[in-house]
Amino acid sequence: MSGDRARLAEARVVVVGAGPSGLTAATALRRAGVGTVTVVEREQHAGGVPRHTDHLGFGMRDLHRVLRGPAYAARLAEAADASGVDVRCASTVVEVGGDHVTLADGTRIDADAVVLATGVRERPRSARLVPGDRPGGVLTTGAVQQLTALHHRDVGTRAVIVGAEHVSFSAIWSLRHGGCRTVAMVTPLLRHQTYAPLRWLTAGLRRVPVHTGRTVVEIVGRPRVRAVRLDDGTELACDTVVFTGEWVPVNELVRRAGATMVPVSRAPATTSGFHTSVTGLFAIGNLVHPAETADVCALDGRHAAESITAWLTGRRWPDAPAPIAIDDPDGAIAWAAHTSRGVTVRSASFGAGMLELLAPDGTVLGRSRRRRLVPNRAVVVGSASAAADGWAPATGATGATGATGAATVVALRRRG
Amino acid sequence: MVTPATGATGASTSTAGPTYDVAVVGGGVVGCAVARALSHHRLSVLLLEARQDLGAGTSKANTAILHTGFDATPGSVESRLVARGWHLLRAYAPTAGISIEDTGAVLVAWDDEQAAALPALQRKAEANGYAHARVIDAAEVRELEPHLGPGVTGGMVVPDEHIIDPWTTPLAFAHDALANGATIETSFDVATVDVGREITELVATDGRARRARFVVNAAGLQGDRLHRAVGLDGFTIRPRRGELIVFDELARPLLRRTILPVPTSHTKGVLVAPTVFGNVMLGPTADDIDDREATGSTAAGLAALREKGRRILPALLDEEVTAVYAGLRAATEHSDYQLGTHPDLRYVVLGGIRSTGLTASMSLAEEALSMLAEAGLELEQRAEVVTVRRTPLGERDVRPYRSGGRIVCHCEHVTEEEILTACSEPLPATDVDGLRRRTRALTGRCQGFSCWAEITALTGWDPAR
Ligand SMILES: Cc1cc2nc3c(=O)[nH]c(=O)nc-3n(C[C@H](O)[C@H](O)[C@H](O)COP(=O)(O)OP(=O)(O)OC[C@H]3O[C@@H](n4cnc5c(N)ncnc54)[C@H](O)[C@@H]3O)c2cc1C
Ligand SMILES: Cc1cc2nc3c(=O)[nH]c(=O)nc-3n(C[C@H](O)[C@H](O)[C@H](O)COP(=O)(O)OP(=O)(O)OC[C@H]3O[C@@H](n4cnc5c(N)ncnc54)[C@H](O)[C@@H]3O)c2cc1C
Repeated sequence: MSGDRARLAEARVVVVGAGPSGLTAATALRRAGVGTVTVVEREQHAGGVPRHTDHLGFGMRDLHRVLRGPAYAARLAEAADASGVDVRCASTVVEVGGDHVTLADGTRIDADAVVLATGVRERPRSARLVPGDRPGGVLTTGAVQQLTALHHRDVGTRAVIVGAEHVSFSAIWSLRHGGCRTVAMVTPLLRHQTYAPLRWLTAGLRRVPVHTGRTVVEIVGRPRVRAVRLDDGTELACDTVVFTGEWVPVNELVRRAGATMVPVSRAPATTSGFHTSVTGLFAIGNLVHPAETADVCALDGRHAAESITAWLTGRRWPDAPAPIAIDDPDGAIAWAAHTSRGVTVRSASFGAGMLELLAPDGTVLGRSRRRRLVPNRAVVVGSASAAADGWAPATGATGATGATGAATVVALRRRG
Repeated sequence: MVTPATGATGASTSTAGPTYDVAVVGGGVVGCAVARALSHHRLSVLLLEARQDLGAGTSKANTAILHTGFDATPGSVESRLVARGWHLLRAYAPTAGISIEDTGAVLVAWDDEQAAALPALQRKAEANGYAHARVIDAAEVRELEPHLGPGVTGGMVVPDEHIIDPWTTPLAFAHDALANGATIETSFDVATVDVGREITELVATDGRARRARFVVNAAGLQGDRLHRAVGLDGFTIRPRRGELIVFDELARPLLRRTILPVPTSHTKGVLVAPTVFGNVMLGPTADDIDDREATGSTAAGLAALREKGRRILPALLDEEVTAVYAGLRAATEHSDYQLGTHPDLRYVVLGGIRSTGLTASMSLAEEALSMLAEAGLELEQRAEVVTVRRTPLGERDVRPYRSGGRIVCHCEHVTEEEILTACSEPLPATDVDGLRRRTRALTGRCQGFSCWAEITALTGWDPAR
C-alpha cells in the first residue's frame, strides 16, 4: 500500500542500545522503509555485549554462521550502517517515553516509536548480600571480559567463580586470557546448569572442581581478596572472585517510563510483538528475557520490526500487556516471557514437566513436549505466531486495526 | 603531599623539618574541619593522616544526616555542638559544593509504648533548643509517607533534619585548608608523641618525625590510644559497628524524608533515609565489638536490617541493592563527647565523637580553636581567606555530564573528566575507594560491570585491586 509506504518513509524510530537486538531491529526497520532510524548507544562502539565475548558461538540462528563475539558485533554494526541507520555512540539516554528520548545533555529526540534494547547485566556481589570485607579483586564476568578482551589487561592469578551457568563456564576462558587460573566454582544448586560439552571444554579440561550445593558466606581480605569462605566452613584461597550470571535487565529507563513490569524477572511485560504497556514504547532483547543467546535477541529485533511498522502505519496499540501468569503448583516456574522463538520459560529449580500456553478463555495455544527444567536455562513453548496476542500484523488486506484479544497469551501452565 | 607552611609565626627548621604551630592528628571529617579553621588564621598548620587518603575512616561510612540534635541529651556537650554544627555546616555546604537536601524526617512509632514516648521526645527536643518537632497521629504519618508498612501507631515530624554528602565534606575542608596554606600529609601514622618544653615531636610508625608547638587529637577510633601516648587517660574506645544497606535509585520514590525509629539509649536505631546521591539507605545496626578494623558486613547484621526494613518500608526490599558497608562509631564508656584542653601539654583532645561527628564537625573545629586559645595559642584571623568550591555530587545538582562530557560510569553518570580530575587534584584519589568518594564512579547498581575496565584504563590502576 503506497499510503503505508509514505507513512513509513516519514516516520522516525529511535532505538536505545546498539547490541544485537537494537542493531538488528534498526536494520530491519530501515529495510522495511522507515525513513529515519536512530540508534543511541552509550558506549564508544556499537555491538553490545558480544564486543567483549571473545569466543565462538554467535550468529547461528540469525546469520546462519558461527562467529566469535567481536566479529559478530562488527557484522551487525556494519549491516546497520549499510542500511542507513544513524548510529550515535558515546551518547546516553536518560529518559524515554513512547514518543521521545532524552539524552544526557538534555537533547530531546522526538519519535513515532521508541525501542528499548538495553540488555542485561550480572548481579554484583553487593546485591547478592554476600557478607565480609570489601576488597578489590571481586568482579563480574562482564568486567573480566572487558578487561581481557578490550583492554588486554591481566586480572589475578587464582580465581573462584560464583555460579555454574553457561556464562560461569565461559568466564574460565576469559580469566585464562587474563593470565588467571580458575581454582573452583561454587553454586548453591545441586548441579551445574550448562551443557555437558561446554562444561567439559572449560572446567573439565582444566580439572576445576565445582562445589555444588554451597554458598559463599564470606569474602575475606583487605585490600585484596585473600579467600572466600563457604557455608560448610571450607576456605578457598584466591585473589579474584567472579560473580557470574544472575541476570538483571538494564531496566531503569523502562521502569521510569512507567511500563508494567514482571516482578520476578524485573523485565517489562510485553506482547509477542514486544509492545510494552506504554503506548509507542517497544522493548526487545535481553531486557525482556534475561538472558537468551545473542541470536535470539537479534531475531527479536527482526520480529519487532513487523509490529513496529504495523504501529507506524496506523494499527492500534494493544491493550495493556501484563505479565504472563504462571500456573504451577510446585512453584518451579519463575517467569515466562515472549521471545522471537516463542514464549520462553525459566524455572527456579531442577525438575521436569510439560508446559502449556493458555488464552484467556483457557484455550491451549501451544504445548511443549515433556522437558527437563534447569534453573536459568530456556525452555521454549509454542511459537510466536501461535501466541500472537492481539497486535497481529495484517493477516488479511484490511481491517486488522484492532487487537482481537482472542489469541492473547495470559498464562503458562505446568503439568508434572 | 607537602606544601610550604606559610604561617605568620613562621616555621623554624630542624632535623625533624619545620616546627608547625599546630599539628592535627587524624584526617577524618573532624580533623579536616579543625585544619580548615586553623588555616584561616595566621598559623602554620600540619594535618597528619595515617591512611593513604583523607576521610577514609568512619567519616566515609555513616548515614549522612545533618542532625538537628533534637534527640541529644539536653545539657550535654554533644547537644550544644550538634545544634551549632547544624547551622554552620548547613551554611557552609552550598558554598563549598557539598550537596545538601532539606528533606526533613519523621520519627515513627510502631507500638503503643513507642507512641506513648513521643510527647517526652518532643519535650526533649525543646530542651535541646529545637522547637519545630511536632507529634502527629498515625493517619498523618501515613499521609506523609504512604509506603510505610502496616502497624504505625503515631509519629513526630522533625522538619529540619537534612541529608548531606558525607564524602565531599572532609575533602572540601581539606582542600580549603590546603588552599589556605596548611600542610597535609597522608600515610603518616603517629605512633609516639613526645611533649617537650616548647615543642612536641610526633613520630610515625616508620620513624619519620614532625614537630609542632600544639597538638590536636582528632584520631577518631584511635583517639584513646593517642591520648595515652600523650600520657593521659580517661576514656577507652569500644567500637560500635553499624552495618548499612544502600538501595538503588529506583527505590527513591518510596520515601520523601528520613524515616527514624524511636531511639533507645544505646542507639538511634535503624532508619531509612534518602541520600543526596539519589539512593535509599537502610541502617545502621549497633554491635559493640573489639576489633577497630572490623568494617566488614555480617550475615546476621544484614538479615536483621532486612527484617527491620521489611517492616518499615516493605517495597524497599524488592529493589536492587547497590552497596553494603559498615562503619565503626568511636563509642566510649561515657555517653558524651570527650573533649579536653591540657595547657601544660599544649594539647587538645576531641574524643568519643560517636554518632554525630559529621554534623558537629564545624562546631567541633570552633571548639578546638577556643580550647587551643585557652591553652595559649595566639589566634589571629588571616586578612584574606581563599574559598574553594568542589563540583557537587548530588543528584539534584547540575552535574558535569549534563554539559556533554563523555560518560564513563553509566550508572552514576560520571564523566571521564571528573575521573581524571579526581586523580590529579591537589589531594587526589589514590585508590578505588578514593575515586568513589570523589566522583560516585563505581557506586551504582552495576558495581563496575560496565565501567571497571574503562576506569582502569583511564587511571592505569591494577584491575584487581
Ligand atoms: C558477561 C556476559 C556474557 C555473555 N555471554 C554470551 C555468550 O557467550 N553467548 C551469547 O549468545 N550470549 C551471551 N550473553 C548474553 C547477551 O546478553 C546477549 O548475547 C546479547 O548481547 C543481548 O543483546 P541485547 O541487544 O539484548 O543487549 P546488549 O548486547 O547488552 O546491548 C545493550 C546495549 O544497550 C546499551 N545501553 C544500555 N543502556 C543505555 C542507555 N541508557 N543509553 C544508551 N545506550 C544504552 C548498552 O551500552 C549496550 O551496548 C552474555 C551476556 C553477558 C552479560
Ligand atoms: C554507622 C554510622 C552512622 C553515622 N551516622 C551519622 C550521621 O547520620 N550524622 C552524623 O553527623 N554523624 C554520623 N555518624 C558519626 C560520624 O560518622 C562520626 O562521628 C565522624 O565521622 C567522626 O569523624 P572523626 O574525624 O572523628 O573520625 P574518623 O573519620 O574515624 O577520622 C579519624 C582519622 O584519624 C586517623 N588516625 C587515627 N589514628 C591516627 C594516628 N595515630 N595517626 C594519624 N592518623 C590517625 C584515622 O585514620 C582516621 O582517618 C555515624 C557513624 C557511624 C559509624
